[in-house]
Amino acid sequence: MKRLTGRVIKHGKTSGIALVSTEPISFFGMVDADTGVVVEPGHPLMGERIGGRVLVFPTGKGSTVGSYSLYRLAKAGHAPTAIINLESDPVVAVGAIISDIPMVDQVDISQIHTGDWVQIEGEQVIVNDRAQERQ
Amino acid sequence: MKLTPYEQSLLEGAEGRGVQKAMEIVVALGHIFGAQDLVEIRSAQVAGVSYKNLGEAGLEFLSDWAAQGARVRVPTTLNPAGLDLHNWHQLGFDAEFAAKQQRVLEAFAAMGIPPSCTCTPYLVGNAPARGEHLAWAESSAVSFANSVLGARTNREGGPSALAAAIVGRTARYGLHLDANRRAQLVVEVRCPVRSLSDFGALGILVGQQARNRVPYLRGLDATHLLARPAGLDLLKTLGAAMAASGAVALYHVEGVTPESDEPSIIVPGAEHIAITDLKAGYQALNRGGEPAIDLVWFGCPHASLAELETIVRLLNGRPCKVPLWVTMARALRDEAARNGLLQRFEALGGRVVADTCLVVAPMQGLGFQCMATPCAKGAYYAPAHSGVAVHFSSPEACVEAAITGSWVAEAGEEVGE
Repeated sequence: MKRLTGRVIKHGKTSGIALVSTEPISFFGMVDADTGVVVEPGHPLMGERIGGRVLVFPTGKGSTVGSYSLYRLAKAGHAPTAIINLESDPVVAVGAIISDIPMVDQVDISQIHTGDWVQIEGEQVIVNDRAQERQ
Repeated sequence: MKLTPYEQSLLEGAEGRGVQKAMEIVVALGHIFGAQDLVEIRSAQVAGVSYKNLGEAGLEFLSDWAAQGARVRVPTTLNPAGLDLHNWHQLGFDAEFAAKQQRVLEAFAAMGIPPSCTCTPYLVGNAPARGEHLAWAESSAVSFANSVLGARTNREGGPSALAAAIVGRTARYGLHLDANRRAQLVVEVRCPVRSLSDFGALGILVGQQARNRVPYLRGLDATHLLARPAGLDLLKTLGAAMAASGAVALYHVEGVTPESDEPSIIVPGAEHIAITDLKAGYQALNRGGEPAIDLVWFGCPHASLAELETIVRLLNGRPCKVPLWVTMARALRDEAARNGLLQRFEALGGRVVADTCLVVAPMQGLGFQCMATPCAKGAYYAPAHSGVAVHFSSPEACVEAAITGSWVAEAGEEVGE
């Protein structure tokens, strides 16, 4: 188990299975609004469903409409449970706030891997390593 | 970040969920950008108005926020909508789109924002004074407010400008602080820059080099730019172009803009570049090819009354062969109707299109293939956003194209990629 500390963008307490992207994410155009599936060709998460996961990525990119796109995903039940960034950008930050999605940034995201069980409480991020649990 | 007890109470929900959400946005952005505190704003300009850009997601959000009791507490103006709110049917826009657009405007109205629908709020009553703090979205308006009026705003996004309007405050960082208003790039202009399109081409070139830095321009004819009202239209297009090809939110012009003569306005060690020719700027914007054009567009950013007068003067009584559209604020269109300018223009086949612009309107449905425009920002965005090929040249050449229906390349003008 690893304990990481970040900076709170949107306060909250939740937990879930991590989905980690090494590349930036735009919620506008890159994620299908009706399914929550990543549809950007060439993106490392192409084909993945982000709904209900703790979504971990370095930072956001793209149009400011992305804040609204995240909101729409949340209303349809396809938003991530929580968002963890290396460095938050205004578009994703505003999207998380308006969608009530707990969000933390300034976290060493190299410590988190897809499949890890991640708990978030305020600025605390607890990572239960998938590999360790099997041992 | 330091909040006053009142600001803290809003953050804790003292005035309801809608206001609380707005305060959360403002405070979070303050954290991200390292602000020490908040600053009260004089006005807001909200972008993200066209249904084409907002989509169902944005419409839902705005309606929900309004229902949660969000109301603006400073004068707030809106960016262009996706169509002319009165003449959309006549212009060929889709009824379903019009209904969705109307719902967006109803949500804004519920928050206390009238449908001003223009990218030039400073021409229709939202004209800030020097030193006033604002929360404006719309990159060309941000540039004009900071550079020409000496007011202070960052490049806000749609939701963040709206959040700031709801709490009457924005985080104090970036261009709200003196230190960040100094120029990091000095541009020596060593070629003649006269027409509206010249200033647009120059802006495209400077924006490419400046990226998000503050440029200081030398070598421009101050008398030309200080002429009123004509000089304001040149500065408007210059700033809009720099904000399109770069992320320039503030520029200074020696002897012209209000902060250009402040001591140490240029940071020590600023990079110096020279521009000796505008050709590359014109080439970057000429995405046409076909000599046959089916539209001529003026008014990006939205036209002033002086610009409409110039177009009527250039037409000189000759009728248009292809549609000549001038996009402008409805308030100015109505003023032109009162003084007879609109009737003189429309008698020659011209069309004033209010409330919208060709970049945020669903142009694909109207069937235009190739247009001419002297507006650099419009020329920059139209191919990708509106799916039309573009010829970019002087207002004179564009008016001639409207009269003849075909494009005649000027001497030395080459088509870009």
